[in-house]
Amino acid sequence: MEIRKNSGVGKWILIGVSTVFLVVMLILPLVYVMATAFGEGIKVFMAAVTDEYALKAIGLTIKVTVIAVAVNTIFGMFASWCITRFQFKGKKVISTLIDLPLTVSPVIAGLIYVLTFGRQSILYPYLQKANMKVIFAVPGIVLATIFVTFPFISREIIPVLNAQGTDEEEAAALMGAKGFTIFRKVTFPHIKWALLYGIVLCTARAMGEFGAVSVLSGHLQGKTSTMPLYIEMLYQGYEYTGAFAVSAILVLMAVIILILKSVLEYKGKKEA
Amino acid sequence: MKEKRRKNKRVIPGFGLSLGITITMLGLIVIIPLCSLVIFSAKLSLSEFIATVTRPRVLASYAVSFETAAIAAVIDAVMGMMIAWVLVRYDFPGKAFMNGIIELPFALPTAVAGIALTHLTSTKGWVGALFEQFGIEIAYTRLGITIALIFVGIPFVVRAVQPVLEKLDVQYEEAANILGANSRQTMFRVILPEIAPSLIAGFTMSFARGLGEYGSVVFIAGNTPYETEIAPLMIMSELQEFDYASATSIALVMLFAAFVILFVNAVVQSRASKIVNGIA
Repeated sequence: MEIRKNSGVGKWILIGVSTVFLVVMLILPLVYVMATAFGEGIKVFMAAVTDEYALKAIGLTIKVTVIAVAVNTIFGMFASWCITRFQFKGKKVISTLIDLPLTVSPVIAGLIYVLTFGRQSILYPYLQKANMKVIFAVPGIVLATIFVTFPFISREIIPVLNAQGTDEEEAAALMGAKGFTIFRKVTFPHIKWALLYGIVLCTARAMGEFGAVSVLSGHLQGKTSTMPLYIEMLYQGYEYTGAFAVSAILVLMAVIILILKSVLEYKGKKEA
Repeated sequence: MKEKRRKNKRVIPGFGLSLGITITMLGLIVIIPLCSLVIFSAKLSLSEFIATVTRPRVLASYAVSFETAAIAAVIDAVMGMMIAWVLVRYDFPGKAFMNGIIELPFALPTAVAGIALTHLTSTKGWVGALFEQFGIEIAYTRLGITIALIFVGIPFVVRAVQPVLEKLDVQYEEAANILGANSRQTMFRVILPEIAPSLIAGFTMSFARGLGEYGSVVFIAGNTPYETEIAPLMIMSELQEFDYASATSIALVMLFAAFVILFVNAVVQSRASKIVNGIA
């Protein structure tokens, strides 16, 4: 009881300092983006976001994000099944390699793809023969985005599967259920919130990736320019209103993602 | 025992398929690109490598990156711990909102954060104009870089400390209190040792992220050689000149630093997980 009483004044000081910090660091930039985007009126905003190149950048971002999230969802489910359901040699190595993209700087992620598919690579003659362009083209952007978001989904599922143990799946298997049936009826209900949570995080990162994509994109307007790259281009060209208008769409997406995340976190906790 | 374990492997189906897909994807996305980095690095001569990474401008960029990332991570550690504490221990209006907004830096594309912070802290922006009166410039200085890195790093600390703090029983503090400890003693002798591993983990994560961060920093940095040029930007400019050898050399040093940090983090994490599970 006494602890609570002691912290009466301290409590509000700590809450106050935390609130001020978060308002200045996190909320102010958001408000600023919105204020600048709509500062010259809704017409200017609409003109900026319906610009031909803006629409193409939005389209490319959606395309890249959908592919990256789909690939990582499939990978994340298989990888977490493999890592949590079986004992085998080299498991530690696999999980370390999966988490590796988290610690690699986005610029370095871009660099290693340039080295893999660029002119100095041993693969280059084969790519040339197959008439495939990877770097400075859309495939490079997609690959880089998959790389930076690679661990996002498995990381969310693995702890849930680990905590749950393998008893239920073993029982189902012993009673004769097939692999996919076990996954669909036994495993999936447990991981569905974690999976959705991972998908939300993956989407957020995929649509906003800048460094890695910047290395691999040829910065061709309308062709290899994603939304963040398009924003950079406008900003460097002193077209601030346009840059902030396109940013406002991404801010809106970020807010939606945060809301979804909170809802999923709550649902996940309620079921666990 | 051995027999049982081997059987275990077979009870649940899908081992071959899931391992196959995992390794194939891992190979395509992570291992092959990493191998090409290794192959390319092997072609670099040692003297060339050393000459590149000891160029004064490169050394200066390492220094800028380390300095700003370290200061930002320290500030994130202090503020993050405070925010985690406030979120776990107190009830107040707007708490759910505060909890939800913490991960904004993960959700907001770094380029957007970058231009917003730059514009806000430039001398024409709301915050920049205020500080200009005191003669403090934020945008296009190291202070600006540090602020951008504080922004990207804060969720790492809060989310590392929060779960450990949640598991920490209030009874320990009550016991310390009953045994006559004052609140400072309770803080430093009882609470801090318990959350220290997770705090260090959060610190190293935000430090590592800060070292490699590009999108949010590149706008606010101003990119003056020797002053506000960060290491990832050095790699970027070498890449733009198609000087892959220099870019790779600079990147190898950064990767080495990241792996050291990852290693430290792994050691701390394993201790932290033991504490969460109540083993230690």
